[in-house]
Amino acid sequence: MAGTEDPGVELTPQQLKSRRQRNIAIGLSVACFAVLIFLVTIAKLGPGVLNRPL
Amino acid sequence: MSFVGESGTISKATAGSEANPGDYIALLKPRVMSLVIFTAIAGLLLAPHGVNPVIGFASLLAIAVGAGASGALNMWYDADIDAIMSRTRKRPIPSGRVTGDEALAFGLTLSFLAVFTLGSVANWLAAALLAFTIFFYVVIYTMWLKRSTPQNIVIGGAAGAFPPIVAYAAATGDISLSSIVLFSIIFIWTPPHFWALALVKSADYAKAGIPMMPNVKGAAHTRLEILLYSLVLAPVGVLPWFLGFASMVYGGLAIALGAALLFLAARVYIVRTGDAADRCAKSLFGFSILYLFLLFAEIVIERSLSLGFELAARLGA
Repeated sequence: MAGTEDPGVELTPQQLKSRRQRNIAIGLSVACFAVLIFLVTIAKLGPGVLNRPL
Repeated sequence: MSFVGESGTISKATAGSEANPGDYIALLKPRVMSLVIFTAIAGLLLAPHGVNPVIGFASLLAIAVGAGASGALNMWYDADIDAIMSRTRKRPIPSGRVTGDEALAFGLTLSFLAVFTLGSVANWLAAALLAFTIFFYVVIYTMWLKRSTPQNIVIGGAAGAFPPIVAYAAATGDISLSSIVLFSIIFIWTPPHFWALALVKSADYAKAGIPMMPNVKGAAHTRLEILLYSLVLAPVGVLPWFLGFASMVYGGLAIALGAALLFLAARVYIVRTGDAADRCAKSLFGFSILYLFLLFAEIVIERSLSLGFELAARLGA
């Protein structure tokens, strides 16, 4: 069915730039949240969490 | 709200958005958020034995995000009146940079995330209080009171006053008289603060159909109420010293600032016409921000020093 396919939404350069900025912001937020949860886990469990038999 | 169209492609409204991260940050009302963070820090530091810095930081972040989320939900609901008022016309939704659906999704997602993060990181009493604060601001104030009564900001002011109680609960799992006193200071501070602005912006509020005090009861009655609330606020501001959880330095500062606030409120009451009246109202509005900032800053400094000395003594022992 080549030729009849919906080309989808064609974004303007400004829209592409904004989308990229939003994606970067979401990525950074998720990374910071993951780091925060890691630090909270260590704070709540204490350094003893690292002392475990391997 | 649909992200995917019938053909399976992403809908034009979402994919074609030109909103940048700054627009989403604007939805969180960063200036209100900074006040929330500041008052919450005071609440957190009131905890008798301090709090783990990581847990304290994460709790503050959750409270700030919860406050920001309620700001986004407020902007979603109030987009129609925001488009009318000069002060709010450039916000992300009325200016067309973010759609109402996007703001709603953003606000709801952050609300749930903030409440569950605070519950997991600190405790569920604090999380419940944060959830109630968001509910109070969005449903009780924004959806109900704001458009129906001139007492809107009096009762709605409770939402802005809750952060110290939430933060104290995050640190201790409890509610104390000291955190209730901080709540009272912000609660009683809100009416004279907002009505001073409403006196200057009453035409704007009238255009948007919001029943602010000057539009409903008149400017003269508003000036009287500003003076009465200031008369109550000045002594309430001194309570932290009187009840013993702030020093004499705080007491002196609160008395001096309270006297200045009363002087400015009396000027608003006396000077009623012309540009001079507007200037008096603007002075009171500006000073009220300084008043709250300095009182809470003094509490934050005193409690930080006290906890610092406690820690040093423990390490030295």
